[in-house]
Amino acid sequence: MHAYTEKIREAAQRLLADKKVDGVIGFRQGTIPMMSEPVFIRHADQVHQLTWNGFCGVNLANYLVKRKDRVAVVAKGCDSRNIVLQLQENQIRRDQLYILGAPCHGMVDRRKVWAFLKGRDPLQATEDGDSLRVSGRDFEEVVDRQAFLQDNCRICTHRNPVIYDELLGDPVPEQAGVDRYEDVRRVEAMGSEERWRYFEDLIASCIRCYACRNACPMCYCPTCFVDESRPQWVGKTLDPTDTRTFHLLRAIHMAGRCTDCGACERACPMGIAVRQFTKKLEKDIKELYGYEAGVVPEGRPPLDTYRPDDPQDFIK
Amino acid sequence: MNSWEPKIIAFLCNWCSYGAADLAGVSRLQYPVNIRVIRVPCSGRINPKFILAAFRHGADGVWVSGCHPGDCHYIEGNYYARRKFAVVKSLLEHTGLEPGRLHFSWISSAEASKFAETAREVVEAVRAVGPARHFIKTKPMWDDIEAPLKAACQAEVG
Repeated sequence: MHAYTEKIREAAQRLLADKKVDGVIGFRQGTIPMMSEPVFIRHADQVHQLTWNGFCGVNLANYLVKRKDRVAVVAKGCDSRNIVLQLQENQIRRDQLYILGAPCHGMVDRRKVWAFLKGRDPLQATEDGDSLRVSGRDFEEVVDRQAFLQDNCRICTHRNPVIYDELLGDPVPEQAGVDRYEDVRRVEAMGSEERWRYFEDLIASCIRCYACRNACPMCYCPTCFVDESRPQWVGKTLDPTDTRTFHLLRAIHMAGRCTDCGACERACPMGIAVRQFTKKLEKDIKELYGYEAGVVPEGRPPLDTYRPDDPQDFIK
Repeated sequence: MNSWEPKIIAFLCNWCSYGAADLAGVSRLQYPVNIRVIRVPCSGRINPKFILAAFRHGADGVWVSGCHPGDCHYIEGNYYARRKFAVVKSLLEHTGLEPGRLHFSWISSAEASKFAETAREVVEAVRAVGPARHFIKTKPMWDDIEAPLKAACQAEVG
């Protein structure tokens, strides 16, 4: 059992007993291996369901938007940055939250493990430090956990929560020397037409299920632009133009707000690398305005403020 | 192809650039006729949706123009707009929109000659890129799909 599990259960027990919170949002064992699922604990006798492991990739900040009650929430580095943004954007108040900060070692990408198993059905997956043990009916594999991390976790530079009320363990060392924008630069080096085709291929399999939108903790408009019908900004068909319009507008809404938590890519049933859109924006915002989303609780988001001397070489 | 003329949607802010267009007309300044003007209250009103909608409806180019920074009728609308424009332009061009299709400018209501000059620049830039090929919604080509099927059926029947 992961050391955090005990801590989370203990904290949940204590907070619920002291009536400090109305509920605890955490993870429990999912019904299939490598899929921990979010759980809402409202009574002390349910606390034993709470767990922690390397498959808790879901961003729990998604469940905080516009809540009325007081909740405790388990937050990894990226989740805590989303909470900061939600506080900035007045989606929840700080006094409603009790944040159990979880210094994170990166989350395992179940798809990478499935690909590695080549069709063999995993029945159990357990972690032991840096190794990952996956076993099934007639096989057992022990692999290096690091090689199966989610793409965004590999390049993560904020593994420790930025705000919390209590930490579940000692802060982990941040990854040094990661090149966050290697893939963005690779696309930037292409010609215009080549880039068009690159993104055309990228989103070709999109079925417009909007799972990326729903999984995103920063998507909470009462009426999403895709549901607007008068005027209808995005066509509802699977035409490449409509799909691209959706992806572009979704990305633009994330400008200066995306923490690269990977929820969108994790949720995508077609395995589309939708982070390719948001990462470009993240890079631009960082280069133009020196801002990283959700790292400092003070201040305003970059598109909600300005400086008189902002760069404007592109304007005639 | 010789008859092709670029079609450009110009979003002009009511207080400056629209006034400049007006003044250019009153002053009998010549500029290309390829722009279709949409008047907006402020360049800060421009939502990236508008730009994408223009392209999707067949515009070859989009030009957004507002007051000079510091001269906004609403004090700071164009400052916010500027940040928005920077990321939108960058993202669209990153994902394959040709540079030269999307233009931004600051033109005050007294700068009629700058308006005419910029209109010429924008039209020439879009003309150089050519007719829009991306962002055009493709209709299913029923003939392409049906014709071979019909031919196959016909062949079977004899």
